[in-house]
Amino acid sequence: MERIPILKMGDFLLVTIQVDLYDQLAENLESDLINTINKYSSKGVLIDISAVSIIDSFMGRILGNIAVMSKIMDAQTVVVGMQPAVAITLVELGLSLNGVISALNVEKGMDLLRAKMYNGDNQEQTYDDDNE
Amino acid sequence: MAIIRSRLMTTTTNNKEEILIIKEQDVVPLRNRVRDYGVKVGMSILNQTKLITATSELVRNLLKYGGGGKVVIESVSNGRDNGVRVTFIDNGPGIPDITLAMKDGYSTGKSLGLGLPGTKRLVNEFDIKTELGNGTTVTITKWKNG
Ligand SMILES: Nc1ncnc2c1ncn2[C@@H]1O[C@H](COP(=O)(O)OP(=O)(O)O)[C@@H](O)[C@H]1O
Ligand SMILES: [Mg+2]
Repeated sequence: MERIPILKMGDFLLVTIQVDLYDQLAENLESDLINTINKYSSKGVLIDISAVSIIDSFMGRILGNIAVMSKIMDAQTVVVGMQPAVAITLVELGLSLNGVISALNVEKGMDLLRAKMYNGDNQEQTYDDDNE
Repeated sequence: MAIIRSRLMTTTTNNKEEILIIKEQDVVPLRNRVRDYGVKVGMSILNQTKLITATSELVRNLLKYGGGGKVVIESVSNGRDNGVRVTFIDNGPGIPDITLAMKDGYSTGKSLGLGLPGTKRLVNEFDIKTELGNGTTVTITKWKNG
């Protein structure tokens, strides 16, 4: 079964999605990430989707699930590099990625995660999933 | 037989192919093939992305609710513009209430219920025909400049 690699970098996990997403692959990523956060008590997850050219409602929901689940496990998820066409399409499709924190690129995403960890930035984040 | 039509125009087909969809692994190659058609008619990245996202939603429905089927991809023109038309044909159970199925958030599959209504927003033409016990056919068209 094809799987997306998860890299451990200190307190963080880094995932770079370099292939086209499909349902099973996205589902595997969700469960693998939850297991890995649990295993290492990771504090942050960075998901780089700059190479992903399509996200539909199923894969979008999984990104949302990952953000919510990691938060419950006390880890922050940041999604970086969403292509503008993908972002616009998701909005028109009707999917708002509520609760998914995003950044322009990996570097900015890392800064964001570090800031959240070390600056005592424990602001509560609200996650609504109106459709669930 | 229930039919919903929106702005069907006379079009000519320039190129056409049929792809069988029986398992999830057929989805990525289909999306790539639809992208090839979009590139060939000179579609912008944004319009390609909308078309492929719509394709991804509808092919999931075809597999999940229709039990598989076939997809026809065509490059079409209507005299003013060129575009890509994709038709999803299954012989599944059909949809009892199309009006309900077209509503945002309606799902019998515990998912988001955005596939049909969202797809309609992403394309220029959307047509759905369904017959209980006989299957569902959804046709979408995205114009290059649409
Ligand atoms: N090809 C199909 N055959 C039978 N029923 C379908 C088909 N496509 C969609 N449906 C029905 O329409 C509903 C809405 O579909 P959709 O908008 O894609 O949302 P979702 O897939 O999240 O349920 C489905 O839950 C299903 O009941
Ligand atoms: Mg669907």
